Amino acid sequence: MADHSHADDHGHGHDHGPAFHASFRDYATGFILSVILTAIPFWLVMSGAIADKQIAAIVITAFAAVQIVVHMIYFLHMSGKIEGGWNLMAMLFTLLLVAIVLSGTLWVMFHLNANMMPTMPKADGMG
Amino acid sequence: MSTAELTGRYYDLHEHDHPEGASTALGFWLYLMSDCLIFAMLFATFAVLGGNYAAGPGPKDLFDLPLVAVNTSMLLFSSITYGFAMIAMQNGKLRQTQAWPIVTGLFGLAFLGIELTEFRHLIEEGAGPQRSAFLSAFFTLVGTHGCHVTFGIIWLTTLLVQLGKHGLTAANQRRLMCLSLFWHFLDVVWIGVFTFVYLMGVLR
Repeated sequence: MADHSHADDHGHGHDHGPAFHASFRDYATGFILSVILTAIPFWLVMSGAIADKQIAAIVITAFAAVQIVVHMIYFLHMSGKIEGGWNLMAMLFTLLLVAIVLSGTLWVMFHLNANMMPTMPKADGMG
Repeated sequence: MSTAELTGRYYDLHEHDHPEGASTALGFWLYLMSDCLIFAMLFATFAVLGGNYAAGPGPKDLFDLPLVAVNTSMLLFSSITYGFAMIAMQNGKLRQTQAWPIVTGLFGLAFLGIELTEFRHLIEEGAGPQRSAFLSAFFTLVGTHGCHVTFGIIWLTTLLVQLGKHGLTAANQRRLMCLSLFWHFLDVVWIGVFTFVYLMGVLR
């Protein structure tokens, strides 16, 4: 294998230091945004501020999506620059798979009634 | 042309200098992405089964949102304190790099304690994983996340021992960075859990 001898004591070597640079500003920004983005959906549901449940569900989903992006940027330090962009590519591919898994599952499982044999008396008007 | 010459043309026979751990960050990221798929499956399962109460208790009867809010804040605090550990590591401050993860670990333990109390409470009420499809899916999803947090705390403890023995070596910095990714990733999964399991459950 390759020569390992130099890899031991370079605490701050540029060649194999950490893959990202964390800053206090990033973590503080991420934390404050997360607290806000967590508190609002909890408050919305606990106070029942939005009467229409469907709208409330959409709103808290939007807050979750934004908070995930905030965590990705400020805590996980995602950017197109790390590892020559491979991290980002892997994540986008995973997101694609997750989207297929989730939407595919929901689509199929909630339309099963339409594909059932019409033997049951309740089968009319479904799907 | 000799075989050796041909081989040399198509294959890289001479080993280059690969610094140790140069590919660890990407490899670990790929592991996290596969973990993400596991959680996607569990979320999909919960989405399908989450309404099947089998005439048993539903989310409105079972979930205690203030408690979930406290639990969420525990995980958030553990994330920011681990961030401080990463900053201390970059500044080469060993003492702080050891101290902050201890705080992170304590918040992690608080999170687990609250979660296990909730689980025990549910099971005592007769709302255990065998009660309904909704509860099976709930315990699997939330339990898998809790299991990850547990292993994260074990990893954290191991790293503290490593730091005490060897200090801020390149290898230890790499490990701290991987745990950082792991820990923040678990926080991201928890956003999905509190939104889709708890908040949506109570909305339903």
